[in-house]
Amino acid sequence: MNRSAALAAHLPVIDGESAPFWAGTRARKLLIRHCNACKRNHFYPRHACPHCWSDNCEWRAASGKGRVYSYTVIHHNDALPFREMLPYIVALVELEEGVRLTSNIVECTPEIVHVGMPVEVIYEHVTDDITLPQFRPRT
Amino acid sequence: MGTPICIVGVAESDSGSLPDRTAWQLHHQAARAALADAGLKKDDVDGLFSCGDDWTHALQLAEYLGLQPTYVDSTQLGGASWECFVGHAVAALQAGMCNVALLVYGSTSRSDGQRRRAGDAAPPPRGPAQYEAPYGLTLIGKYALAARRHMHDYGTTSRQLAAVAVAAHRWAQQNPKAFRYGKPLSLEDALKTRMIADPLRQADCCLRTDGGGAVILTTAERARDLRQKPIRVLGAAHAVSHLHLSQWADMPDFTAAQSGRRALQQAGISARDVDVLEVYDAFTIMVLLTLEALGFCGRGESGAFAETGALAPGGRLPTNTDGGGLACNHPGMRGLFLLIEATHQLRGACGNRQVPNARVALCNGTGGYLSSCGTVVLGA
Repeated sequence: MNRSAALAAHLPVIDGESAPFWAGTRARKLLIRHCNACKRNHFYPRHACPHCWSDNCEWRAASGKGRVYSYTVIHHNDALPFREMLPYIVALVELEEGVRLTSNIVECTPEIVHVGMPVEVIYEHVTDDITLPQFRPRT
Repeated sequence: MGTPICIVGVAESDSGSLPDRTAWQLHHQAARAALADAGLKKDDVDGLFSCGDDWTHALQLAEYLGLQPTYVDSTQLGGASWECFVGHAVAALQAGMCNVALLVYGSTSRSDGQRRRAGDAAPPPRGPAQYEAPYGLTLIGKYALAARRHMHDYGTTSRQLAAVAVAAHRWAQQNPKAFRYGKPLSLEDALKTRMIADPLRQADCCLRTDGGGAVILTTAERARDLRQKPIRVLGAAHAVSHLHLSQWADMPDFTAAQSGRRALQQAGISARDVDVLEVYDAFTIMVLLTLEALGFCGRGESGAFAETGALAPGGRLPTNTDGGGLACNHPGMRGLFLLIEATHQLRGACGNRQVPNARVALCNGTGGYLSSCGTVVLGA
């Protein structure tokens, strides 16, 4: 089975809060939320700010640049498509805007990845609805 | 402060590999044995404290057991739920909302796993999970993220993580009920086990067993007429920080610090006064993070501390004296077993693995993905 088909079971059920985010990745933008009341960013996107509970929040395009906050190299996963990708890297990426997200580090070997490694977003077209942000080493 | 509350009965069900049992059977077996241990009867139970995977868990359980409890708590905080239940039971008993509290758990997680086909589809990710599910972050991978960050920040090594598993196996050799009884583990062998989610190897991961347990609490006044020496609840508190690892504000700030500080304050003691420590050890890194959060070690010092053998039999801080989740049992959620082993230790009933003069025990349950902690301080 190809990756896109096998990944289908793991793809988001898009909802009212997430639709703008996934529309953003389809347009090759990484959108995060910014609170106009407390001026802080957050991710994953919520309608209201988790820091101050204001609902005066807006979408902002992130730079797509960040650093690896932590990572793991997965050597065991029975579920497709991951079983066929082993070993692969999952990381917490801290964006320059201060928020963290979960992603794979691609175009990178387990020997090279490290905490603090500069990374940048790339976009993986999976289905007509879902384009996944992924990260690769940034030079 | 209300009237003192005590643990008056504890029991485990059968455990290990039980392909012919149901989880409900194990709940019943443990509950009946714990009541017998206390010298109480089924009809004395009016408070039921239990949780499982399903929202109807408490309803199914009460029905199966033929109980009509008038006080029920089915808070689900993962493995920390049982320590959380102790705090809730203390409040309910002190307020007179119930008179005898039954905390009970049973699971056939080992056998369920073997019945399940590899790669069975999970439900499609909704809500916050949709930002994580596409990336193949496994359960063990989540703990690996915490371990990697601790290594980066403090120079913690795989050897130090393995030392936690070795200590657990040393305790298990003193416990005939332990799954790994008769199967010691050397540091060298631990480091040779296969990598699951780097940096966590197989030896860093808990067992998966079937099993159940039960704990009975009541007031000190009621406890005077019962069979066992009552074990006092000196403090109980819990705290929650996140569910998804990406939402954990600062990884070393483990929520056991909040629950531990409050439970120790209630008890009027400090970490130094603890004779026996029972901490949730689904993964070796959990033990290190807990030691630091509870103040048994300075920040970043837990790896070196474990490497000295401090946690093992004869060490400075006897920890997970039944062998823990790494070497004794781990049926899905282990929090209740911490309370059972601590009670056995404070009763002085542990035989070969008895910690001499154990007067104060601390139990720290952890749930989710290092998401929730419940701390209970018990005194003989």
